[in-house]
Amino acid sequence: MTPQANTSRRGSEPAVVRVENVYKSFGDTDVLRGITLAIDHHEVVALIGKSGSGKSTLLRCINLLEQVDDGQIFLDDKELTDPLVKQDDVRSHIGIVFQQYNLFPHMTVVDNVALANRHVFKKGKHEARDEARALLERIGLGDKANEYPDRLSGGQQQRAAIVRAIATNPRVLLLDEVTSALDPELVGEVLDLIRELKQTGVTIVMATHEMNFARDVADRVAFLDDGVILEQGPAKQVLTTPREARTREYLKRFNAAH
Amino acid sequence: MNNDREARRPSATELDRRAFRRRQNTRSVIISLVSTIIFAVVIWLAVVNSPGWQQVQNSFFNWDTIVQAFPRVGEGLWLNIRVLFYATIGVAVLAFIIAIMRTLRGPVFFPLRALAAGYTDLFRGMPLIIVLYLVGFGIPGLNLFGRMPLEFWGTIALVTTYSAYVAEVFRAGIESVHPSQRLAARSLGLSYAKTLRLVVMPQAIRKVTPALMNDFIAMQKDVGLISVLGAVDAVRAAQIETAAAFNFSPYVLAGLLFVLLSLPMIRISDWYTGRLRRREQMGALV
Ligand SMILES: Nc1ncnc2c1ncn2[C@@H]1O[C@H](COP(=O)(O)OP(=O)(O)OP(=O)(O)O)[C@@H](O)[C@H]1O
Ligand SMILES: [Mg+2]
Repeated sequence: MTPQANTSRRGSEPAVVRVENVYKSFGDTDVLRGITLAIDHHEVVALIGKSGSGKSTLLRCINLLEQVDDGQIFLDDKELTDPLVKQDDVRSHIGIVFQQYNLFPHMTVVDNVALANRHVFKKGKHEARDEARALLERIGLGDKANEYPDRLSGGQQQRAAIVRAIATNPRVLLLDEVTSALDPELVGEVLDLIRELKQTGVTIVMATHEMNFARDVADRVAFLDDGVILEQGPAKQVLTTPREARTREYLKRFNAAH
Repeated sequence: MNNDREARRPSATELDRRAFRRRQNTRSVIISLVSTIIFAVVIWLAVVNSPGWQQVQNSFFNWDTIVQAFPRVGEGLWLNIRVLFYATIGVAVLAFIIAIMRTLRGPVFFPLRALAAGYTDLFRGMPLIIVLYLVGFGIPGLNLFGRMPLEFWGTIALVTTYSAYVAEVFRAGIESVHPSQRLAARSLGLSYAKTLRLVVMPQAIRKVTPALMNDFIAMQKDVGLISVLGAVDAVRAAQIETAAAFNFSPYVLAGLLFVLLSLPMIRISDWYTGRLRRREQMGALV
């Protein structure tokens, strides 16, 4: 493990996710150029960086939706990037939510949430449904359980998608700008849900443009720039007194635009 | 909210508008009804008063011949229905396989993709009747199989041709499902096959159901073509009866039976398409 991987990590407990020197390019664009990052149990890490800096690509590599060109990724010390690893099995232990188009429109909300438990974890139909219903109740979507997704507002859909991603108790939840396709007045309810998940101890890595939210909720912020993690540290420190000039510049531009 | 809606009395303007629309509606219905009746009567009179009507009526609409032909033509139709049943299953399976082959990604699958593409190109272009001859007279000539009944080869030919059409319909459906739906499914840990079965196919089939129903209705008529192989289906039976009675009425009977056979599906198809349209409510007024 490179020494950099340990900066600003809290305990000696092994990391849930460890990304080591990962490279990824699409054709001529080198997107990730040696990313190293470790995420602890119960930790919330925010990935920031300008559009096209590779935040989504990194999350998708962790979930094996993209194949890395070099480097290694570990989940609880098990190497995911090993070609012999069962990819479906890995994905079932990592939750991910995208900007949009998450829910399956031909299933009710409760069936969406129960799907992975039923068909990946082989739970009984009733057991999976009851659990899904209980989760939906808890986040205030109980009355929408039997609706089809197109009957829900964008915010409700994203909340349901997040609940679907954690219904199987994944080791880590990856959130890729889950609020950026939403109308401003719907953003709050989704952020509140993420806050709640943090409270219950879910380990989260989120790509986000919501700086205030990152400052509030994230334990750690990592700034992606030019294919590497240029700077990382406690959220408040990185967002208010960044060490690197490029981070400062990014934050300044970002604040000017918002 | 509902109570509010009921309690509020529509304004005088709205009541006027409603009355006006009702009057307009009644008028339109009456106009179309009357014009349809007039049109039908004119056609009827023209046909009945034509110089050859007596003869045509005798040789095409002879009730006694129809009654006499009914048992055999009906029996023939039963064969058509059985062929249709097996052909439908065959088409569903083969078309699904071809559609999946055509949508496989990656260079490894190139041969499969090419094979599937070649298949659909070939059999969408070739007239069914030629496929019937080739399959019905060609394959048995190879003497690879024991003797199969004629309707068996007819079924194979129908499956061969219609799978090419239906595979393309399936493929269009599969490709209309947004790629992020696959991504979302795979990210939950679902395998490729389960993603296809639980997420992609249900959405794809829903989208192409009207087109599938259309193909089914077309095939319902085309089962009559197995008669060219000599299988005694409704058309062939009508031909035999016609030859025996020197009268074409059995053909009319067979035609009517085919129409009756297809009516339920046509109605279901209309109803389903209408329902889909109503569900997409935007723009429903225009
Ligand atoms: N499948 C792909 N094929 C080709 N190029 C891709 C692909 N996916 C991403 N890229 C490119 O990789 C770069 C990084 O994209 P990525 O989506 O990871 O950025 P991002 O940081 O998530 O940006 P945003 O904030 O806009 O979401 C971009 O230049 C993008 O065009
Ligand atoms: Mg992105």
